[in-house]
Amino acid sequence: MLTFILRRLLVAIPTILILIVISFVLMFAAPGGPFNAERPLPPDVMANIEARYGLDQPYAVQIFNYVKNIVLHFDFGPSFKYRDQTVSGLIAQGFPVTLTYGTWAFAVAVVFGVALGVVAAVRQNTWVDYLATGSAIGASVLPNFVLGPLLVLVFTLWLGWLPAGGWYGGQWQYVILPVAALATSYLAAIARIMRSSMLEVMNSGFIRTARAKGLPMRRIILRHALKPAILPVLSYLGPAFVAMITGSVVVDVFFSTGGIGQYFVNAALNRDYSVIMGVTILVGVLTIVFNLLVDILYAWIDPKIRY
Amino acid sequence: MALTDPATEASRTATRPEKGRSLWTDARRRFLRNRAATAALAVLVLIAIFAFGGGFVAQYERDYVDFTLIGINASKGVPSFETGHYFGTDAEGRDLFARTVQGTRLSLLIGIVGSLVAVVVGTLYGAISGYLGGRVDSVMMRIVDILMSIPFMFVLILLLVIFGRSLLMLFIGIGLISWLGMARIARGQTLTIKNKEFVEAAIATGVRPLTIILRHIVPNLLGIVVVYATLLIPEMIIYESFISFLGLGVQEPNTSLGSLISSGASQVLNGGGEPWQLYFPLFFFVATLFAFFFVGDGLRDALDPKDR
Repeated sequence: MLTFILRRLLVAIPTILILIVISFVLMFAAPGGPFNAERPLPPDVMANIEARYGLDQPYAVQIFNYVKNIVLHFDFGPSFKYRDQTVSGLIAQGFPVTLTYGTWAFAVAVVFGVALGVVAAVRQNTWVDYLATGSAIGASVLPNFVLGPLLVLVFTLWLGWLPAGGWYGGQWQYVILPVAALATSYLAAIARIMRSSMLEVMNSGFIRTARAKGLPMRRIILRHALKPAILPVLSYLGPAFVAMITGSVVVDVFFSTGGIGQYFVNAALNRDYSVIMGVTILVGVLTIVFNLLVDILYAWIDPKIRY
Repeated sequence: MALTDPATEASRTATRPEKGRSLWTDARRRFLRNRAATAALAVLVLIAIFAFGGGFVAQYERDYVDFTLIGINASKGVPSFETGHYFGTDAEGRDLFARTVQGTRLSLLIGIVGSLVAVVVGTLYGAISGYLGGRVDSVMMRIVDILMSIPFMFVLILLLVIFGRSLLMLFIGIGLISWLGMARIARGQTLTIKNKEFVEAAIATGVRPLTIILRHIVPNLLGIVVVYATLLIPEMIIYESFISFLGLGVQEPNTSLGSLISSGASQVLNGGGEPWQLYFPLFFFVATLFAFFFVGDGLRDALDPKDR
């Protein structure tokens, strides 16, 4: 098990480095520097600014310093547009918000998705089943940037139950709609995956044996069927995580939650390279770490896997 | 003709050469029997006609501002045949019909370009990787694994910000992502094909590996490639609309369904009385995605050898 984790780490580290190098190469390849304004700055001022941000050094040195600062001090450098802000500072402001509703959305999607999938499989061809499969199709044509406006239309404008946006320290009224907008399509996807794998497991030999022994249905499902059936869901969690973290950008912008996505989009509109790069790298690292955790969990649950 | 001579009938069937049923004729029959899929295909054709021919019907250019409507947009900008604004006007007084036509066209183009790249690059990459096997295979697939675990939307936005938000950059960015999944699928399928007798025969007669891949492996991958490419199109459309929704996609006067939905949504949510600005783009977006999903599903049922 330990060698398995170590081997996965050996893959994860180069992946992160590749991501950093890609972002850096893109930035160097950019036409015009980040400080090219409409009215050109005097050369000595320009030189001063570049020295301040370390842009006068050779590229290799810049990359090395950048990585070193991230690893040692969690410092992604200063923002190129807001003189008083550092990228780490922006991340520290926005990340807790994103993390809060992101975790909720993830938990809701997994728990309810799995439950819905199990019920749909056990009560195959009943209304629960049709609801689960039908909503899975519906959710795949309603990505979060469509669902968000629709939710606000229904729950804010028509029913007047929930606020349309804002965060206010994460009071529950303000969390519900972002979580719903983010979680729904993954909930549906997980339900669909869980349903088909559960159907397969329920038709296998060891379940028939358990039923022949006269075990109650609840026990069969919880003790025998759930564990093997959940494996395909586990391998979907990695892609779902990436998709959710991407979707959080839309949620942040649309619901003005003040999460990391809002800074990211603002930075993109202002061509604030260092913020974009910092967020991209942070998200990449999170993704890779998460994939690692999923792999470990998978290996732990599935006795058939060799490592 | 009331009666047929049994003798001539028999001879006719005897002389007529038995027409073989190829995989593709079989698949077409199965696809046409699937009513949801054929209906979706018809919808798709209509949408394509709308997207590529709607420009001839539109009464206004997509970036023409109708100054006669300023200030009275909510009451006079409504969809109507009299004013020539079939879908009404947007918040700036521009013809929504022309804009929706253009946005739908952009979405279709993005989807098609993305899946074309996936078909060409992904299929070849996967076929080569799977056919060569061994160390080459594991290195090539590791590269795909690594690229897949990068959150590409962020890199794509970085790309767009740095090199400017042009249509070309969007195509390149989408093309960079789209082939990864296809490569995996093509490789998996290649692994089963390469042990078949006809490949062995080709090896035995001394055909070069590249020719084997192009002549013998790739044609046998086509079924699954077509299915996956169709299902990839809506995914690419969603990617593009996502970026446009954030205002980071194509720039004016070009527009896209994502940015139309975004501006329509903000119009509606700010208490505006012009809900058609959300409904029309949203309808075309959802209809396009629905149609592609059902066509893809129908193709999978028709072509997937596992479900025979």
